[in-house]
Order: sequence, then structure tokens, then C-alpha cells
Amino acid sequence: MAKELIKGNQAFAEACLRAGCRFFSGYPITPQSDILEYLCWRMEEVGGECVQTESELAGINMVFGAASAGARALTTTSGPGFSLKQEGISYLCASDVPAVIADVMRIGAGLGDIFMGQGDYWQLTRGGGHGDYRTIVLAPASCQEMADHGYMAFDLAEKYRHPVIVASDANIGQMMESVELPEMTEHDIDKYDWAIRPRQEGEKQRVIWNRFWDIGEQQYPDYLRAKYAEMEANEQRWESVQTEDAEIVIVAYGISSRVAKSAIIRARREGIKLGMIRPITLWPYPRKAFDELGPQVKAFLDIEMNILGQMVDDVKLATDNRLPVEFYGEYWNVIDENKIISKVKDMLKRY
Amino acid sequence: MAEVKLDTSRCKGCFLCAKVCPKGVFVPSKELGPKGFGMIEVDKTKQCIGCGSCFKMCPDYCIEIVEE
Amino acid sequence: MEFRIPKDIDLTQQASWCPGCGHGIICHVIAEAAKELGVSDRIVTVDDVACGQFAQYALKYNSIMGAHGRVVVTAAGVKRARPDALVIARPGDGSAYSIGIESTLYCGLRNENILNIVVNNSVFGMTGGQMSPTSLVGMKTATSPKGRDPKKNGTPVDISKLMTGTDMAYLARCAVNSPANIEKTKQCIKKALQKQMNGEGYCLVEILSMCPTNWGLSPEAACDYIKDTQSVAFPLGEFIDREGGIK
Repeated sequence: MAKELIKGNQAFAEACLRAGCRFFSGYPITPQSDILEYLCWRMEEVGGECVQTESELAGINMVFGAASAGARALTTTSGPGFSLKQEGISYLCASDVPAVIADVMRIGAGLGDIFMGQGDYWQLTRGGGHGDYRTIVLAPASCQEMADHGYMAFDLAEKYRHPVIVASDANIGQMMESVELPEMTEHDIDKYDWAIRPRQEGEKQRVIWNRFWDIGEQQYPDYLRAKYAEMEANEQRWESVQTEDAEIVIVAYGISSRVAKSAIIRARREGIKLGMIRPITLWPYPRKAFDELGPQVKAFLDIEMNILGQMVDDVKLATDNRLPVEFYGEYWNVIDENKIISKVKDMLKRY
Repeated sequence: MAEVKLDTSRCKGCFLCAKVCPKGVFVPSKELGPKGFGMIEVDKTKQCIGCGSCFKMCPDYCIEIVEE
Repeated sequence: MEFRIPKDIDLTQQASWCPGCGHGIICHVIAEAAKELGVSDRIVTVDDVACGQFAQYALKYNSIMGAHGRVVVTAAGVKRARPDALVIARPGDGSAYSIGIESTLYCGLRNENILNIVVNNSVFGMTGGQMSPTSLVGMKTATSPKGRDPKKNGTPVDISKLMTGTDMAYLARCAVNSPANIEKTKQCIKKALQKQMNGEGYCLVEILSMCPTNWGLSPEAACDYIKDTQSVAFPLGEFIDREGGIK
């Protein structure tokens, strides 16, 4: 199939449609808005529903309704809006309803600002709302992956009967690259035996509610732990870059990993053995990538576009805290290749 | 002739049936229902006219009216 | 004439509403309306959290337990995904007029083709009888122990006044405190469901409903409270009927 030059956000939106998504409800917020804008005209062409809702809360809760009815449903947002979505994501998880949510990250707590950032990692990976839950979180690093992950997210959501989050950022969302888009598919809204449709005479009643009502409150903890264990076993995704002989291993995802890749090329020219693990799923965290590393690794460098180094803990957990983990973060600015190299050189002196 | 069919196993003793019955068919029972609430019973000396008021008013679906 | 419990009522279990609660009557009315219209196999309900959610033990319809205040947009999501279904949202007054007021209004502005049945008992029932958007001026509740004071608590929400600026299809207020009012409630619900079938759009039927427990009244006295007090503050009637314009 021919490639086309397309914005990350639009590639994501188009790929979602091609995955059979026929329902979108969302609210304008930068840098996500072009997904909403794109779907406001494109959804009509494929016979779907696109609603600009009165709020983020309405957006996610309308998705809850459409997804409960069996549709492939999507809502998208950025930072402050993502906080508001948490109520609905918690309900989706509690009720085992598949849906896809995208967070095109920006910087800062509160309003922050609309620039590229990776400040929502904690909220994304810990279950940002109330109660026991997590979701699979995909972190695209290119426009191609915006399309691939959007498409894959619906299949994963369906497989686990669970919401899936795609976490990109202002850079990946706003830049243009050539993308090969997937084939258009249709989703059968009647394929599930749990989805809500009018009950026909003689049929068992279907109720979408906290799943412990169906499973039994004493059995539910085992059910839930098994569900998450299965995701952790099967869905860890990552890219390893020149880790075979790396002494310092960068850990970075999304746009930060792109800069890190350039830094690795430059460092290698200087004879520095630098590699990278790029988590593609932020949850489940790709522990397996760390298990594969050889004994030559001296330390890790976590690189993110936030202030507090939100992923550092996960790197420590993935390595059982055996090796030092340092952090280089940027706020307001993009990750700087030169700063990576000088930081790595400094680390090599110390470790 | 209309007759009240009462399922007292569902009765919570709100006595709204007694409130709306124009013929005084319903009277409080001396016994408690299965859930420990008060309970209604039919006064056999009174004749139901089949107006359906109690049927509509009962929040717990205890009452049906049948034709004898 | 015979009166039989309609088949959409689930008699194999029982909702744990308090004695004299209006919720059971409202479920009965919905089932009767569906029976008379012959649409039992087309209905989906979206129930709000709290007392209203026990409807899942009273009605046999497939249903969703939505988030507090969001059931009306969740219902709109179901309707848009399944246009052939007759979708009924069932919030209480706290849900529809307080935490979910924006969606109650916006469903009217977008004229979502759903029926919103708002159970108005003038309190937050499940949480213990706190002041709700429709608690009357002077009404004593757990959070207005000296009575609702408009200077402190604001004035009650009268939905018939708020919604008249929208293009919604139908707005009525009913009550379930007497057999005659129950019959009228059924007629309004039937009319609203018929409008949904016609594609006319958003219908909101508010139902004044007894909460004897939190009102501190016997069930009988609670019915009289609706007649003498609640329905005086919130008059019954049809306020918007698109066929006939705004009334």
C-alpha cells in the first residue's frame, strides 16, 4: 500500500476508523484537537458517530455507553482533560468494557502548557482514577506508530475486554511523516455475548456494572489478578537498540527515544558503548527487555520530558534495583542530544 | 367478581394499598412479613371492585387482581 | 378487569427499596408502558448509582449502571451506537440536576433521541437524605438542618424553567403518589417512548416520588406531602411538547 504524508494525530484517527471504530466523543484541547477535527468530517464519510461533547466527562461517559453497546469507541484528550477522563476509565475497567483513549501529552501539572511533554506517565501507568485498575498503555514514537498503535489498541481492548490507552505527545501528534495506513475493516457490533442491546424474550439479562456482581465478590480478586497477570505475560512490548554490548543503557519512550537514537549513533562514533531500551508498552512495563541484558551493563539513564523522572521507579523495579538509574529530563525544551552525550560520559567516569 | 391475589412474601408493609383502596379491602396483618416488616392482609368481609388502584400503587408487586 | 404484573417485572428477586419508596412504582409504570406499546424487546436502560440502581432487581431489561450524573450521556452513547433501541436513562434529581446538570441540558440542546426519566424525591436518598437540587425552600435535610435557606443554599432547580430554551421534544412532570397520577405518569412515558420511536428527540419526564425514610414520614404521609407540598413547588404537567410547541 502506498505511503502518505500525514500528521501523527490524523494518522491515529484514520487508523482507528480503519480498525472499525465508528464512535467518537470528545472535547477540544491542544495538542489533541486535530483528532477531534479530523473525525468531525471523516466519521460521517464512514457512517459513524462523532460528537463534540459538553465536557471531557461527557466524552468518556458517552464512550462508556457506545462501547457497552458493543461499538468500537474512542475518545481523545490531553493532560488536563486526561485527568477528567479518569472517572470513565475507572468505570470501563471496573465493568470490563473495551474502549480506546488517547492522551496526547503536554507539559505540566494544572494547566501547564501546550508544548510537548511526557508528564502523565504516573497517571497513565498506575491507573489514574479510583480503585484497583490499570490499563495497557501504548507509547508511539512516530507517525507510523500512531497509526499502528491506534489500530492495535482496538484489538487489544477487545482481546482483554479492557480499555487501552495510547499515550503520545505534542511532538508525535503534530509532526508529519510518511505513513502506511492499515486496510479499512468493519466491526460487528453484535459479536459480543456481553454487550448491551435490547433483551429478547427468553434471553438472559445482560447488565454492565461492577464485574464483581457477575463473578462474585469473593472470586473477583483472583479473577482480576489473573487478568492483569495475563496482560503482563503477553503484552510487554519494547525496542532494544544496540543493547548487546551497551555499558550505559538509555531508557526512553515516545519522542525522547527518537533523540536518544541520534545520540546513540553519535556516541558509538566516539567509541562509547551506548544502547537503549524503548518501552512501547508503558504498562505492562517491558521487564523482559531488562532480563535480556548482559552483565556488561553499568548503569541506566532514564530520559523523559518531565521534571521528576516519573519512569525512574519502573526502571529500578525492572532491574530489581541492582544497578544505578540516573535521570535526564527536560521541561519546556526538547531533549538535547549533546546533553545526553555529556551525561553518559560523566556516568562512565563514575561507574 | 374481582378478587385480590396477594403475594405477602414480597410485602414490606407500606400500607399504600390500604390508603388507596376505596373499599377498605386491605388491613394490617398482626404478623410480620418474611423480612421483618409489617404486612398487609385482605379483609374477607369486604368486596373488591377491581379498580386496580392497589395494583398500581404497590411498590413491591405483591398485588394482582383477577376475575373470579 | 384483570390486573397482572407485566412480564418485564422480575419477580424472581426483589429490590431492597424502603417500604413505600416510589422507585418500585416507577419501574412498574415503565414496564406497563412498554407492555402497552409492545416494545419490551426494544428497551435498554441506563441506571444511575444509588437507590435507582436497584431497578436492576426489578426490571428485566438489559442495562448499564452508569456513573453518577453521567447516565444521560451514557444513554446517548448507547442510542447513537444502537439507533433501533429505545434507550431510557434513569437518574435521580441529584444526578440529573446537580452533578450532571450540564449533560441534562446538553442532551436537550443536541436533542439526543433518548428518554430521561428523572426521579425527583427532593433529597439525596441513598447517601442519607442530604439536600438535593430539588429540596424545597425550608425543607429540613441532613445538610440543611435548619431548613433550606435560599440565601445560603440557593434556590431549588425547576427543570421546566431551565429547559424551555432548548429544542427538546418533550418535557413533563408527573408523580406516583396516587393511582390517578400513576396512570398519568404512564401516559407521559408512553408518549415519550412514542416520540423516541418517531425520532423526535430528547424527552425528559420528571417524576415526583416518595422517600418516606429520608422525609421522616410514613409512606402514606409521604404521598400526601407530594400532593400538598412538593407538587405545589413543582407543578405537574406537560411543559414542552414539540407537536404543540412550548406550553
